[in-house]
Amino acid sequence: MESVVETVKTGTSFLEEAKRRSGEDLSLCYQCLKCTAGCPTAPFMDVRPNNLIRMIQMGRKEEVLGSSAIWLCVSCETCGTRCPNKIDIGVLMDALREMAIEEGIPAKERNIHLLHEAFVQSIKRGGRVHEATMLIDYKLRSRDFLTDLIPGMMLFLKGKIPLFPSFIKGREEIKRIFEKCEKK
Amino acid sequence: MKFSYFPGCTDHSTSYEYGRSTEAVFRALGGELVEIEDWNCCGAAATHSINRLLSLCLPARNISKAQSAQVGPLVVPCAGCFNMLKRTEYALKNDEAKRKEIEEIVGFRYDPSFEILALMDLIVNRIGTEKVRERVKRSLKGLKPACYYGCALVRHPKITQLDDPENPQYLDRLMKALGAEPIEWSYKVDCCGADLALTYGNVVKKLVGRIVSMAKEAGAQCIVTSCGLCQANLEMRQEVDLPIFYFTELMGVAFDVEGRDQWWKKHMISPKRLLESLGLA
Ligand code: SF4
Ligand code: SF4
Repeated sequence: MESVVETVKTGTSFLEEAKRRSGEDLSLCYQCLKCTAGCPTAPFMDVRPNNLIRMIQMGRKEEVLGSSAIWLCVSCETCGTRCPNKIDIGVLMDALREMAIEEGIPAKERNIHLLHEAFVQSIKRGGRVHEATMLIDYKLRSRDFLTDLIPGMMLFLKGKIPLFPSFIKGREEIKRIFEKCEKK
Repeated sequence: MKFSYFPGCTDHSTSYEYGRSTEAVFRALGGELVEIEDWNCCGAAATHSINRLLSLCLPARNISKAQSAQVGPLVVPCAGCFNMLKRTEYALKNDEAKRKEIEEIVGFRYDPSFEILALMDLIVNRIGTEKVRERVKRSLKGLKPACYYGCALVRHPKITQLDDPENPQYLDRLMKALGAEPIEWSYKVDCCGADLALTYGNVVKKLVGRIVSMAKEAGAQCIVTSCGLCQANLEMRQEVDLPIFYFTELMGVAFDVEGRDQWWKKHMISPKRLLESLGLA
């Protein structure tokens, strides 16, 4: 009996935390599957969006934060636009990724996370994204040197990837914004 | 007709031809675009995947600069950048605690009357298709484009407040005003896979393959888009050689503006043969 109470308790707190952080009322979900039916990346996720909601309701925190789903979501907002209960899973996914990062749970889709890191660091350096250095940074982080070489080369040959970054003047301002946001 | 203008990082790289055609078309319509001074990256999806507060503050710096320049509403050609700026606008307008936090971090006071417009919306609804039609020198008659809106322009509708999220029409109306005959199809708001292109090329290939083959099956000769990332994905991850235009490029053809060869050179799938076959090269 005690273990049942325990499960319900942890379940509730993870659900409450996910609700609070995302601002979405996850208790309203009645498993209609509309979100998953329209999700472009659901076929590649280990847990489909509707199941993710159910698992959050059940308090299965480790599985949710350790899932590939939270990284494979591309924030297309199809789910949020169509959910009859106005649950925005795209927004929820941002909150779940944030929780996973804070708790130090390794991203199941490591490369996706590393690419995002490389992108954001590129903004931090120059105020704007510079594709060439961003991609080199990503390749060094992921040590995945072979994937996607051809499209990259095609862009380079078309003169679409400038070699040198263009830095903005307000780099100090950007740095300050980063520092304040990273502290919170 | 003066507007503040956010070109976005890809303006000088992957969507060079979008930037140049935007400027040319806008000049032809008698408007003036004033670039936001020292603008920064909108943050894109990568930022809100890592730090949500940062993803609101990066666009806010641009809003702050555009607002104080007092040139007019802010115009954004790229659908992706537009979406990020509108997400920040939504937080500034609807969440007082967030607004105060953003204002404090970025160091400005938000003016709720300040407008942020997608270039497509501005052209279709403010300038109006009638004015566009008057400016057409060579009708795009015979051209059958599939109008592709993707995600960022129409979703989430409470944020972008632009067109019908399931069956949008703005771009279709614009193409008709140019004389083209846009086809009816059911993939106009399906996602292309966005930045998964760099980590999961095969997933994007699948998603793009479906979009492009459905366009072709519906009788399209090309696809028209308004997003830098969609354009790159559709052009580089397909296997059927369907040309992918930015909508401003087709406006440029109809308006007969100068410098178009420079745009076509930047395409992975040259649209020249298609344009020649319709006498529009
Ligand atoms: S669309 Fe909404 S209600 Fe339906 S399963 Fe998904 S989250 Fe639940
Ligand atoms: S926002 Fe994420 S979960 Fe929702 S439909 Fe798009 S990819 Fe799927």
